[in-house]
Amino acid sequence: MSVQLDARPPVVPAATARPTRAHRLSRFDTRYSPYLYIAPFFLLFAVFGVYPLVYTFWVSLHDWDLLGSDHPFVGAENYTRLMADADFWHAVVNTLGIFVISTVPQLLAALWLANLLNRSLRARTGWRMAVLIPNVTSTAAVAIVFGVLFGREFGMVNWLLDLVGIDAVNWKSDRFASWVAISAMVDWRWTGYNALIFLAAMQAIPRDLYESAAIDGANRARQFWSITVPLLKPTIIFAVIISTIGGLQLFTEPRLFHSGTNPIRGGPLRESQTVTMYMFENAFAPHYNFGYGSAVAWLLFALIAVVAAVNVLIIRRLGGQTPGGRAAKGDLR
Amino acid sequence: MSRLWRASPLTYGALLAAAFLSIFPIYWMFVVASRSSDAMGQVPPPVTPGGNLGANIARLFDNTDAYFLTGLINSAIVSTVVTASVVFFSTLAGFAFAKLRFRGRNALLLVIIATMMVPTQLGVIPLYMLMTKLNWNDRLPAVIVPALVTGFGVFMMRQYAGQAVSTELIEAARVDGCGTARIYWNVVLPALRPAAAVLGLLTFMTTWNDFLWPYAVLNDPENPTVQLSLRALSDGYYQDMSQVFTGTAIATLPLLLVFVLFGRQIIGGIMEGAVKA
Repeated sequence: MSVQLDARPPVVPAATARPTRAHRLSRFDTRYSPYLYIAPFFLLFAVFGVYPLVYTFWVSLHDWDLLGSDHPFVGAENYTRLMADADFWHAVVNTLGIFVISTVPQLLAALWLANLLNRSLRARTGWRMAVLIPNVTSTAAVAIVFGVLFGREFGMVNWLLDLVGIDAVNWKSDRFASWVAISAMVDWRWTGYNALIFLAAMQAIPRDLYESAAIDGANRARQFWSITVPLLKPTIIFAVIISTIGGLQLFTEPRLFHSGTNPIRGGPLRESQTVTMYMFENAFAPHYNFGYGSAVAWLLFALIAVVAAVNVLIIRRLGGQTPGGRAAKGDLR
Repeated sequence: MSRLWRASPLTYGALLAAAFLSIFPIYWMFVVASRSSDAMGQVPPPVTPGGNLGANIARLFDNTDAYFLTGLINSAIVSTVVTASVVFFSTLAGFAFAKLRFRGRNALLLVIIATMMVPTQLGVIPLYMLMTKLNWNDRLPAVIVPALVTGFGVFMMRQYAGQAVSTELIEAARVDGCGTARIYWNVVLPALRPAAAVLGLLTFMTTWNDFLWPYAVLNDPENPTVQLSLRALSDGYYQDMSQVFTGTAIATLPLLLVFVLFGRQIIGGIMEGAVKA
């Protein structure tokens, strides 16, 4: 993400012979009104964004629940308990598993879809709308619909599998199968969106790069991997970071994929309970243990930071080894 | 543009498959919503609309667990107020960041960008405690007030204002004696209108869809947002799927309507944002 900052000289108010009251007022206006205009954001964000996040850490150091009248300071006890909490680690594995099997195919499919959309098409806007439409639907509604599509008895997916001779899969209570079903839901929603982001970046690549590559004998596939992908690297990194932040906080899809008793557990044996769901289970109904839930929140925060950093490193490394990428970049500058 | 690769029939075939996968679950949602409650057990599954939509809608609104009508009204209120507020504060702050000079501007802009990367969702526990203190639990201000501003909105408007608002026009207005507030209202806001509209659409859709925070803070089943009504329907002990799907279809309809009317602008907004970010 690069930001261009404007560095033009300040606008000097027209000088008049004598400073009048109106003039002083206008000086006051030019000097201080900008702060007034940005203040609402910073005030509201401080109260409802920063304060809760920081206070989460403070709460996590206490034995704090909804009903208790006092909440003694316990230091790192919530964290040491979490380290030994098998259900927590189970949720971490679920979250990472769902994240990997959703994000990798999603970004690859988005690249491929963007490459298809980046041609001279009839009804261009129509195709773009068609791939973006999942993104504008209600997440809760989609989770419910997919919950039915992946139903064991009457689900359409099992019916289709049956047609090609595959036995019914228990999508709700088989751990890996539930990860796949939830990933399908996530990918359905986000592949088209990411494709449009990649398409925008592809359109910024100069055409003559491809032409000279074609003259040098590079075929379509070679051009895609040696020109398109390396030049898309900043956009890919951006998409990976956004997917990491969103994917590791996954909540609505797995929560509504399950119904019946205790759906916040993500299945009878917590088959697809994510970390955010585990935080919810502890911090709100039924336990209302704010201290323990807050410790989960902070560890999830740390997990997001680590995974995002690792992902960026991996993508950087992958792109850096492509010789075509270097050359193409040099051409651009 | 003229030198783009031509699309082969294979390209169209692949795109057609992608479009089918995109649209089918939505289409099927409407199919089940228009059928009787035994549609779920049929083999092969029904793929054409039936004639039961009206009856399903009537039963849905009569359902005493879901408070569906309240949910719709609440979601409309929340989304409208949040959208108006986000657009107003974002254009105001975006204008200040793009066109006004003040000390600390660049540093504050970086803070705004950083806020977009912070998973604020993780602050729900203290936020819940704060709402308890304010006595806003179970009430709409709890979901409205924290959403009144977004870093994304400010950043998007700042990027757009930088190119769409003419500095000369602002200076001319100043020479004519316009204060900054008048300049915002008469010069900046009209120039920002296209981008502000896109921001408004995106904000409306995000707010309408929001689930996690309303789920945490609106615990009174009689006062839900529409997404919470869907949860109540879906978690119900006895599930009548055609009724549940009628709910999901109605909850999705406003979004589809917005998308059909303004899809071109929304796509433009997403793609422009991608290049600039």
